[in-house]
Amino acid sequence: METFLQIYNETYKILLLLVPILVSVALIVWFDRRVWGFVQKRKGPNVVGPFGLFQTLADALKYIFKEIIIPASANKIVFILAPIITMTLALSAWAVIPLSDKMVISDINVGILYIFAISSLSVYGIIMGGWASNSKYPFLGAIRSAAQMVSYEVSIGIIIINVLLCVGSLNLKDIVMAQQNLWFVVPLFPMFVVFFISALAETNRPPFDLPEAEAELVAGYQTEYSGMMYAMFWLGEYANILLLCALGSILFLGGWLSPVDIYPLNAIPGIFWMIFKILILFFMFALIKAIVPRYRYDQLMRLGWKIFLPFSLIYVVLTASFLVYFDLLPK
Amino acid sequence: MKLNRFFKIIFLSEFIKGIFIAIKEIFSKKKTINYPFEKGKISPRFRGEHALRRYPNGEERCIACKLCEAVCPAQAITIENEERSDGSRKTTRYDIDMLKCIYCGLCEESCPVDAIVQGPNFEFSTETREELYYNKEKLLENGDRWESVLAENIKLDKPYR
Repeated sequence: METFLQIYNETYKILLLLVPILVSVALIVWFDRRVWGFVQKRKGPNVVGPFGLFQTLADALKYIFKEIIIPASANKIVFILAPIITMTLALSAWAVIPLSDKMVISDINVGILYIFAISSLSVYGIIMGGWASNSKYPFLGAIRSAAQMVSYEVSIGIIIINVLLCVGSLNLKDIVMAQQNLWFVVPLFPMFVVFFISALAETNRPPFDLPEAEAELVAGYQTEYSGMMYAMFWLGEYANILLLCALGSILFLGGWLSPVDIYPLNAIPGIFWMIFKILILFFMFALIKAIVPRYRYDQLMRLGWKIFLPFSLIYVVLTASFLVYFDLLPK
Repeated sequence: MKLNRFFKIIFLSEFIKGIFIAIKEIFSKKKTINYPFEKGKISPRFRGEHALRRYPNGEERCIACKLCEAVCPAQAITIENEERSDGSRKTTRYDIDMLKCIYCGLCEESCPVDAIVQGPNFEFSTETREELYYNKEKLLENGDRWESVLAENIKLDKPYR
């Protein structure tokens, strides 16, 4: 009986997190398309529901009722497994994200490492999808995606080292609490910019959307997918984008903390600030998508390995020597 | 010059400029119109759905000269004619295959009596091909329905003919 109650409690908590995330993924897709349209002087989706808010739900309904086509030459098991893995991994990383000082499913001490591990695994979904399709465009897209995600993860890892030097803990809550006096975006501003750009590359967003470059690769690794399986890739991708926005706001923008610790602002519940910061970061994602052309593949690799990696390494050295010299290292 | 470019790249100045332009555009007036609810303005010369017109006394304008049939580059028009009891030459059959038609407007231009015209209507999609083989009744009915607009458009375009 006790185990049953525990399972019930955990499931309840997980559902309470996952359902809002899936709903907000739907809303964020709408927001993305809307911003994209507005920048191009279009109106974007505005027919289904108030301001077109239910557009994504209508799309999802369409995907559910569509036939799932599995190519005859595809490896069926891997083909079906790929979107499931992508979506599961994208959602499971949310387990350690603290939305406010009490709202977190598992408050583990290596939270940031957990997120890092899960987001490294998410490349598997893409590679499996591209390989199992047994078709040239998905395969090329998957290869590109793997190389891209691996190279930008390196610089994200080193950026995180910068933050960890200032915090002295791998716990995401401690990272936020260490920013009570000063958000890390101020002393580590260059790192914030590099993190933001790497996050774009990590989630295959323009200008780094080479894996699904429609002009060259049809739709990259998603080419052979249809119906709900395609929608699951999509859901996973947007859940990943939200995850990196949340990570950015935890690492640099003070998580659920209010901008200034004065009365009317700090009375607002922390979850509001967290969502507000995630939305601001996502707005930047959407703006960037609207204004930039796609990188060439060699430019992408040069940016990752020859500029971001040495730059963030130098910054680690600078941060470390600064902290040691002024004796500011966290105890 | 090279240093200038270096600083531009380091501080992402062009990206930041681009972001500001994008934010400015977000608040600008949108060019899109909500199509089924509001429609764009169309010229009086617009070449849409065909119609056969009548004189105000109800007599058909078409005199079966077959100029439109001859000029039609897609050969979409078929006309047959007969002498009527009062001695005038009238069509017994006037078919337009709207699927062959390329909406070039040559039939309208060639018509000596302004009988066949192309009206402002462009929303006549159907669910079967057969519905788009227009015959004389359908074209005359179109003419009756759109007569006021057609007459107005011809009047507006008159000085330029």
